[in-house]
Amino acid sequence: MTTIIKNRQAVADDFSTVTLAEGETAETVALPAGPLLVPIAVWQARKTELQSRGTPVGVWLAAGEGPEAIAGDLATLPVVGVHFPKFVDGRGYSTARLLRERYSYCGEIRALGDVLHDQLFLMARCGFDAFALKEGKDIAKAVAAFETFRNPYQAAVDQPQPLFRRRAA
Amino acid sequence: MYRYDQYDQALVDERVAQFSDQVARWKSGELTDDEFRPLRLQNGLYIQRHAPMFRIAVPYGMLASNQLRCLAQLGRQYDRGYGHFTTRHNMQFNWPAIEDVPAMLAELAKVQMHAIQTSGNCIRNITTDQFAGVAADEILDPRPLCEIMRQWSTFHPEFAFLPRKFKIAVNGAKEDRALTWFHDIGLHIVKTDDGLTGFRVIVGGGLGRTPIKGEVLREFLPWQDILTYCEAIIRVYNRYGRRDNAYKARIKILVQALGVEEFGRQVEAEWTHLKGGPATITQAEYDRVAAFFAPPAYATLPAIDEAFVQQQAESVPFARWVERNVRPHRVPGYASVTLSLKKPGTAPGDVTSDQMDAAAELADRYSFGELRVTHEQNLVLADVEQRQLFALWQEAKAAGFATPNIGLLTDMIVCPGGDFCDLANARSIPVANAVQARFDDLDYLWDIGDIELNFSGCMNSCGHHHVGNIGILGVDKGNEEWYQITVGGEQGNDAQLGKVIGPSFAAADVPDVIEKIVRFYIAQRQDDERFIDTFRRLGIDAFKVAVYGDKARLKAA
Ligand code: HEM
Ligand code: SF4
Repeated sequence: MTTIIKNRQAVADDFSTVTLAEGETAETVALPAGPLLVPIAVWQARKTELQSRGTPVGVWLAAGEGPEAIAGDLATLPVVGVHFPKFVDGRGYSTARLLRERYSYCGEIRALGDVLHDQLFLMARCGFDAFALKEGKDIAKAVAAFETFRNPYQAAVDQPQPLFRRRAA
Repeated sequence: MYRYDQYDQALVDERVAQFSDQVARWKSGELTDDEFRPLRLQNGLYIQRHAPMFRIAVPYGMLASNQLRCLAQLGRQYDRGYGHFTTRHNMQFNWPAIEDVPAMLAELAKVQMHAIQTSGNCIRNITTDQFAGVAADEILDPRPLCEIMRQWSTFHPEFAFLPRKFKIAVNGAKEDRALTWFHDIGLHIVKTDDGLTGFRVIVGGGLGRTPIKGEVLREFLPWQDILTYCEAIIRVYNRYGRRDNAYKARIKILVQALGVEEFGRQVEAEWTHLKGGPATITQAEYDRVAAFFAPPAYATLPAIDEAFVQQQAESVPFARWVERNVRPHRVPGYASVTLSLKKPGTAPGDVTSDQMDAAAELADRYSFGELRVTHEQNLVLADVEQRQLFALWQEAKAAGFATPNIGLLTDMIVCPGGDFCDLANARSIPVANAVQARFDDLDYLWDIGDIELNFSGCMNSCGHHHVGNIGILGVDKGNEEWYQITVGGEQGNDAQLGKVIGPSFAAADVPDVIEKIVRFYIAQRQDDERFIDTFRRLGIDAFKVAVYGDKARLKAA
């Protein structure tokens, strides 16, 4: 069990994230029991096996991978993870917006990797609703970050109308 | 100019609170240096040679007198009594303590200013023509759309961590005064034959170590679509721009790698999903913002003020100042004045706190309380009555703003260079001052006429040397400061990159070399050809020979 932020609260979470270490292959990597987040390669190689386990399975996307690769399966995935190798690598923000706005994905989008307090506000605006904060960071403090700005200017996932349309109303 | 409502104000206030908290968490060790770095950069805070450097935004160059007074006060209280205007409508302070920056931001927020996204790999301050709204050749005042784009880019949630910095410039007049061909996105306001208003969209320009002129991505885009279209461009860049090498991470590298056609195809494909969405600008919003830029209450005046004509006839210095530093205005009886921050012997673009107060005072008394910052590092009073020019000139002289050198050789663009900047290869300010000293004879300077000399202390090109008619670039040769010279660059509609003239020079030789180049031009020019026209006619080889003599001739042969 780890603790993640979900719907702006700290909650216990029992998903295991599968990664392929050097020398491991998607076909043969050992899968722990319980809910899983697997890389695309594992999902593609072992979809039937994963779907018949009876526990939730989600896919996580690496920074260079877009939602295009799993577009056909989104309806069956309760969670999509988006990995940030470094917090300054901002590709995942576009990934999350595309998942929500282009592919109408309504499951959980979880930020993984170098996920820090000061990016939570932006991530939430792009459609992330779950955050596996980097180890050692203060979750209780971080949840305050969602309130950083009350009325941002742009249209985004959390607020599909830009301020200029709300201002006018 | 634009004034904040409660929403705009809340956002900058919340930013102050956010950054204060970030500084506190950094001090307590909760945030590592690496984690704090991009956060402080997005608030304009660099760590430099002597101290932090703090960069404040002057969105699209518009500055109210009370804002300038606030900058003056910050300069006194937290710096050493001066600041520096950059080429991108920003003010930089060189000596504040990090701990003081939250307090400085709080002061700025009180006058509707901030340092948001003045650095970092995000959408930077949007720049434009310093004569917006008053230029005779204007198609449409770009400032309302700049403000709408400023709001859109401020804390844009998707584009806070791009591969690299992202700079947008907008020009609304026939003549390009915003260097649009050398920005990540350059926008020209255009009107079609059917009377539609929109933008020509240029993408992938930039200076730096790989200078590239932008390419036209779209000949016409309706103005209502500019936010969604920019989102499409920047999304393609965010997803596919290189992140493995900071030197190859600008959008220009992606555009070059894909080719502008393929890049454009990807942008259009992305845009089909965004086009017409909620971010499409409404007429109501345009009108709301444009109302802030409505013309001020101009007096009804004769087109030519008799006394003003008389004063020029009586005073040669005044007439000279008028010729160089005063521009015609759209409205009869008015003129636009450039206050020169290029007094020889001072650091170009630097302004003391006392001068800031003086300029604010001039703005209040002569120009409806507003100023503009130019990308050539000067200040503009855009709306001055002709009949007040003589009085203004005398006051500007007293404050050190009346050097009659706008557009002349001593009106150089110069970056801070090795005196302040960690990245510098060489110092720029003392060498620029040495060149100014060489050309201290006003008659000679005038005889040379229009010429742009731009100076960068390293290949990052903050001083725009690539697009100077003469460019000087600091280079490092075995730990010594050397200077490479380019000739033939220009900004404007025919913007192009200068060509390197040959091997670089020691600092002491730079004034001689510039003088050789200038003397050669004067000897060769036909009629009243400008420097750049003579260059175009003769080409780089002729200038090489002028500088290096027979050595160059042998090589050229
Ligand atoms: C002293 C602190 C400064 C630092 C550390 C700094 C750093 C840099 C760097 C690293 C680049 C290259 C970016 C790239 O090619 O991707 C750059 C470009 C640039 N900077 Fe600065 N700069 C500083 C001050 C200034 C000043 C004072 C100005 C204006 C006078 C300025 C305006 C610009 C402009 C116009 C460019 C080139 C345009 C382009 O990005 O294509 N910077 N700067
Ligand atoms: S051009 Fe180089 S030396 Fe000059 S300010 Fe930019 S980074 Fe510093």
